[in-house]
Amino acid sequence: MEIGLSHYLILSTILFGIGLYGVMSRKNLLMLFFATEILLNSVNIGFAAISHYLGDLTGQMFAFFVIAIAASEVAVGLGLLVVWFKRHNRIDLDEMMSMRG
Amino acid sequence: MEKYLYIALFAPLVSSLFSSLFTAKPKKQFVGVIASLLIATSFVSSVILGFYILGGGEAIHVELMTWINTGGLYIPFGFVVDEISVTMMFVVTLVSMLVHIYSNGYMDHDPSFNRFFAWLSAFVFSMMVLVMSDNFAGLFIGWEGVGLCSWGLIGFWYYKESATWAANEAFIMNRIADLGMLIGLFLLYWNTGSLQYDVVFSKVALLDHSTLIWIGIFLFIGAMGKSAQFPLHTWLADAMEGPTPVSALIHAATMVTAGVYLVIRSNPLYDLVPEVGIFIASLGTFVAFFAASMALVNRDMKRIIAYSTLSQLGYMFAAAGLGAYWVALFHLMAHAFFKALLFLGAGNVMHAMHDELDPFKMGALKEKMKWTWIMMTVASFALAGVFPLAGFFSKDTILEAAFVDHHYVIYGVLLFTAALTAFYSFRLVALIFHGNDRYSQFGIHPHEAYNYMLWAMAPLFFFAIIAGIMQTPFFEMVEEALNAREYHIHSEAVKWIMLIGTQVLVIASIFYAYRKYNRNDITVPDGTSKTENRLCYKVLFNQYYIPYFYEEYLVKPYRELSGLFWKKFDLRVVDATVDGIAKILYNTGEETRGMQSGNLSVMLRWMVVGLVILLIFAGAVGLAVRYSDKILSFLSALGV
Repeated sequence: MEIGLSHYLILSTILFGIGLYGVMSRKNLLMLFFATEILLNSVNIGFAAISHYLGDLTGQMFAFFVIAIAASEVAVGLGLLVVWFKRHNRIDLDEMMSMRG
Repeated sequence: MEKYLYIALFAPLVSSLFSSLFTAKPKKQFVGVIASLLIATSFVSSVILGFYILGGGEAIHVELMTWINTGGLYIPFGFVVDEISVTMMFVVTLVSMLVHIYSNGYMDHDPSFNRFFAWLSAFVFSMMVLVMSDNFAGLFIGWEGVGLCSWGLIGFWYYKESATWAANEAFIMNRIADLGMLIGLFLLYWNTGSLQYDVVFSKVALLDHSTLIWIGIFLFIGAMGKSAQFPLHTWLADAMEGPTPVSALIHAATMVTAGVYLVIRSNPLYDLVPEVGIFIASLGTFVAFFAASMALVNRDMKRIIAYSTLSQLGYMFAAAGLGAYWVALFHLMAHAFFKALLFLGAGNVMHAMHDELDPFKMGALKEKMKWTWIMMTVASFALAGVFPLAGFFSKDTILEAAFVDHHYVIYGVLLFTAALTAFYSFRLVALIFHGNDRYSQFGIHPHEAYNYMLWAMAPLFFFAIIAGIMQTPFFEMVEEALNAREYHIHSEAVKWIMLIGTQVLVIASIFYAYRKYNRNDITVPDGTSKTENRLCYKVLFNQYYIPYFYEEYLVKPYRELSGLFWKKFDLRVVDATVDGIAKILYNTGEETRGMQSGNLSVMLRWMVVGLVILLIFAGAVGLAVRYSDKILSFLSALGV
């Protein structure tokens, strides 16, 4: 069986679905970061696959952008997370209610 | 000369604006003084212009600025001083000036003293615009302006229910008539392409006869409203709710004659449609008699004078309708003098009697108010048309005009009305000033008005006596402008018989009125006497039941219809829709505020829901584009 574009896209969709489920159900902030990483990387797979399929490097370039930005986002996010943990000793999402309207 | 025109026109405006600065302040005497001085300035300018025109000067025509200039429509703020407008300017500014001075005394104790002068001067300005404009559009502005000021002044004592009611009645009736006038103006513009008097009147001769008839009728409907002709007459008597100087100025001398002025100004038009002219004359004659008959029995001093105004307006329309425009204008002028005098005299009496209006409760005031008595008696003689006072010359000429033109019915009715006029005028004078003293039982101690109020009346007194000698110069002045001709009865004998016959009739009526009411056994009627229970008395006393009819058959159904629409349509459809929209928004907010819990997890879930909705939407659009051909063919098969 030849591995084609649709396989990559299906993989990307499945990973996106897993990431989405993680985002919605996880209460631990750290796990939430993992889930967002899965979401971002599923999109990267899509970018790379379509870029290859079309013979256009723009998509792969975007994937690199996404990786770089995801890395910095995680760096900032983890930094905040560490501060939060030091202060509250927990990183449970349901406790972060200071924006309640 | 142009500068006098501007002074005459704008001095009242300045006066009004100045007075209106102090409307919220307590009484300031200088407001009244300055307003009077400014109006006097206007009067002096008008007199200078009057002598200039009287001396054969060219009509002055100025264009202040462009007002509307678009496409084929060009209307400037243009003003003209010619023989007709200068007469009106003289009358308006003279009476206004005297009424302003008089009001200083009359409104002495009124807390809204300053506001009164603001309105009164605004009225003078509007009236000046009305009479000086050189086009129908400007005339209409003045027309509406005087309507507004009349509303403000009738309802001057706005805390009185009856006053606001009367003010609204006058305003609404005038608006109804103004619709007719507007249609007339539209027709004129449509057919001649202009509203400038000179352009319009040079073109009317070329128009279709039926068009001209319609224009004539619609313009006259406007005049009927302003001049309170039947069937729009009821507002004038109710307008007596306003302060008496207002009645003298607006509802006797000036504003109500605006309708007559309109007909006189449009004389080239009305000359071409004698059918409409006859209608105007007949209506005028009818109103003259109709109003005089109501004045016979009325028991409200001011209303009697108001009906007499109505009756005299009928005379003016009768003359104008018969083509005797100069006679109408002359009677307008003479009437302004003696009627304003009569009203101001009535104001003095009201002051003395603490606003009591029923002449049956007065009597024997001539000792206490000698000068008011003399002036009102002379004004009544002038009104009745006794030689050699003003009314004799103007009213007799109207009768002659009707006679010479072979309108014997009009002549007969007007002659009979002259007798009625003499009767009700002297009924009033006799009841107020003669007979037994009936006021003491009401605890009233009458006193004469301030001296300067009497002095303010003096010029009117003077003109009411000598206006007759102005007839010949007046005729010569307007001869060309109004295409005037003298009315000569061919046979000398007939002429003298008519002249003396009229005088005898009038004097006999006066004597009869005196005999009947100059007695010492008059009591205040209480509705039990035989006269009061006669049918004709009741009909006349209730003004032919016309106000009752309007109330019962026009106002009440209209009110009920409005109530119906309010409850059925406005509340259930319009309001319900608007409220429904508000309710939907409110409820949506109420229902969805749970989303804003502040919990990140829940928010993320809602974000996903939004994403899913957008995806579904994108998918649907994609599918629709993909299968657009099939959808279109399917829709066309359905016949969409």
